[in-house]
Amino acid sequence: MAGLSKIILQRLLLGIATLFAVSIIIFVAVNALPGDFAQSILGQGATPEAVAAIREQLGLNEGPVTRYFKWLSGAVQGDLGIPMSQALFQSFAGSSTGGDVTTVFEQIVPRLKNTMFLAGVSAAISVPLAVTLGILTALYRNTAFDKAMNVTTLSAISSPEFFLAYVLILFLAVLNPVFPSLSNIFPGMEFSDRLNKTMLPALTLTLAVTAQMMRMTRAAIINLLASPYIEMARLKGLSPMRVIVKHALPNALAPIITVIALNLAYLVTGVVVVEVVFVYPGIGQLFVDSVKIRDIPVVQACCLIFAAVYILLNLTADILSIVSNPRLRHPK
Amino acid sequence: MSDLLLKIRGLKIEGRSDETWNPIINGIDVDLKKGEVLGMIGESGAGKSTVGLAAMGYTRDGVRISEGSVEFDGVDLVKASAAVKRALLGKRIAYVAQSAAASFNPAHKLIDQHTEGPVQHGVSSRGESELDGIELYRRLRLPNPEEIGFRYPHQVSGGQLQRAMTAMAMACRPDLIIFDEPTTALDVTTQIEVLASIRDIVEQFDTAAIYITHDLAVVAQMADKIKVLLKGDEVEEADTRTMLSSPTKDYTKSLWAVRSFERPAKPAINVNATPVVSIRNVTAAYGTVDVLHDVSFDIHAGRTVAVVGESGSGKSTAARCITGLLPPRIGHIEFDGEPLPVSYKQRNKGQLRQAQMIYQMADTALNPRKSIGETIGRPVEFYMGLKGREKRKRVEELLAEIELEPTEYFNRLPSELSGGQKQRIGIARALAAEPKFIICDEVTSALDQLVAEGILRLLAKLQDELGLSYMFITHDLATVRSIADEVVVMKDGEVVEQGPKKEMFKPPHHAYTDLLLSSVPEMDPDWLTNLLQERGVDNIGDAAVDKM
Repeated sequence: MAGLSKIILQRLLLGIATLFAVSIIIFVAVNALPGDFAQSILGQGATPEAVAAIREQLGLNEGPVTRYFKWLSGAVQGDLGIPMSQALFQSFAGSSTGGDVTTVFEQIVPRLKNTMFLAGVSAAISVPLAVTLGILTALYRNTAFDKAMNVTTLSAISSPEFFLAYVLILFLAVLNPVFPSLSNIFPGMEFSDRLNKTMLPALTLTLAVTAQMMRMTRAAIINLLASPYIEMARLKGLSPMRVIVKHALPNALAPIITVIALNLAYLVTGVVVVEVVFVYPGIGQLFVDSVKIRDIPVVQACCLIFAAVYILLNLTADILSIVSNPRLRHPK
Repeated sequence: MSDLLLKIRGLKIEGRSDETWNPIINGIDVDLKKGEVLGMIGESGAGKSTVGLAAMGYTRDGVRISEGSVEFDGVDLVKASAAVKRALLGKRIAYVAQSAAASFNPAHKLIDQHTEGPVQHGVSSRGESELDGIELYRRLRLPNPEEIGFRYPHQVSGGQLQRAMTAMAMACRPDLIIFDEPTTALDVTTQIEVLASIRDIVEQFDTAAIYITHDLAVVAQMADKIKVLLKGDEVEEADTRTMLSSPTKDYTKSLWAVRSFERPAKPAINVNATPVVSIRNVTAAYGTVDVLHDVSFDIHAGRTVAVVGESGSGKSTAARCITGLLPPRIGHIEFDGEPLPVSYKQRNKGQLRQAQMIYQMADTALNPRKSIGETIGRPVEFYMGLKGREKRKRVEELLAEIELEPTEYFNRLPSELSGGQKQRIGIARALAAEPKFIICDEVTSALDQLVAEGILRLLAKLQDELGLSYMFITHDLATVRSIADEVVVMKDGEVVEQGPKKEMFKPPHHAYTDLLLSSVPEMDPDWLTNLLQERGVDNIGDAAVDKM
């Protein structure tokens, strides 16, 4: 077991190092965006003096290295700064103290919670669905069922998400009003109500992620069917379902877990289009809005969160894959 | 009639390759009574395993039963539905595979896999079957029978796994067990334990069995009657003693004859002669772990030194030290009395040329994209500096030397050769450097007996003609008997005994040598019984090692 905790610790440290490297890339990339906040907020007719004043106010004139480390040291302590839009509002209002200032952190948290809720619902539907379908298609491989499932899920993944979203709206909101087409959720809502309003975006995301997980489950299982221990299981007279679930699946977990983690990460970080279509108040929308007005602290914070989610989920997947190997769990 | 358990009639099996179905088995009959053991032998490709699986109504992917019937207790398994077959498999017909390590599911404990059959077939409850499993482990003489089942396959040694698999096959007390080369992957000392365990338990429960193997001596211990297969056809069948004493068909006789090949003894070594290769007090390590401890032996001109021992005894590591692939930590190698640089990187072309290697797996030791002419031509050019027509002429000479028709084989690729022919190419490649000394690393262990014998005869002929010295690494003592002049016995990285072959095969010798020698199955059907009596039934193998 000591070996296992050592591996986990190693992966954790590597994850932190990766996050640090990513923070540099984010900072450089965001700062390389054309135009700046001062320019975009003041519009075409801005005088150079006004632009300069705002730049001064927001600390945009400092060197990039200084700004990076200020941002990083803040971020490490949980202080992601103040949105530029807020900072500007504050200075125009003329009060440097008091006033209702929302920090980036406060702005992001409720949005992130919404996005996590959406991702959670989508995952709760798509992961069991995909794994079950993967097992069934492996069991009935090369039958009409297998082919139909592959065609369906591949068509879903090949279509753009906004198209899937509109198709679902057409069938489940317009023609048969089962779910609302607008996902205007807000704090303090009943859970069932919230779930109801989240359903359409969640289904859209499910369609987008199921194919890959299903096909990996199927492939990983079929890959093992030629191994001697599967032949042995068959020669013990076990049912085909038992052979697959009990004998193939446990040995196919590592690749399946990896693909599930990648798709879960996508549910958090790839939701922009779906959130926009359903007007879902998640982090994706906030991200798009902030990019539009060049609100750098918010954009950076969003990117950092996306990166952290990716790294954390992949880390979890790595650890679970390792744990799924009995040789590591039970050393000689 | 009614006591026939298994009745196979006119069984024909086909395999698919390139979209066409080709015959693999051309009509085989099998009759097996309750409690009877049929040994099925033949070379690789004879179709033994295919028939064994077909006796369970099972075929692998890309194989089908095209004709015939497999009647088990009145049920034709060829025509039976999948559900009917599933009800019989595991419960009344069980299977023991060649590699237990690969055939146990790595994700589950042994006992979980053991109880699965009885529980799924409704034979007994999980608790009952677990207790029965422990009892079977005890009968099969597994160490710590109460505890061993609760380990995962990777935590148990190969020989123990093989016995655990036999226990698993016994779990539902089947009427018939198919043993598919269950001891081929084991060392001789481990093989004995498994053979004895299998024989005991099959007798105790009066189980019928089909025992598939390519090893005649093994089948002689296990079977009541023997069936010989050749390329999908039955050659002959008879009860074991008749078959061993008076086989009627030429092919069977030739199989029997393999073990009779033995070179005449050479005169004793001149003590004053300088050995061709001398290994002096070599200690070598992988990483920080020493795997060879103070190993010394000499190889004289024109002689064959067999280095024997079980897997992990350091035989191949010694070869790596001689070739300079693994520089020894302490000690050195002398060639014709001159010390060689320890690493091959520091040796010059002349020094490299003098020591060549032939490998166990001819398949992987030949570049699949190079023609035979190129493969042999490369050392001819590199070491001897021959080019163009001279090179071609030399390669053709070498091909003639290894008894392959030069014009026919020059342009072939390795994939167009049989296993034995590939091994011959390996020999020609070693000869191309015109060395004094060749290391043969298990060169016959992947080959069938007849083919292996051909290779041994060829090596002997080349030695006589060219005065070569061989270091012959093997775990097969029959090979040692037929080709060696001197023998070095290794165990755990140390030389436990060495000397001329005649003395080594004559008592008294070191306890380990004794164990190795006495563990080699002999063609006598009473050999195992007598041996077990000699050793005392309860302390076979392990106990003998402990005594040392």
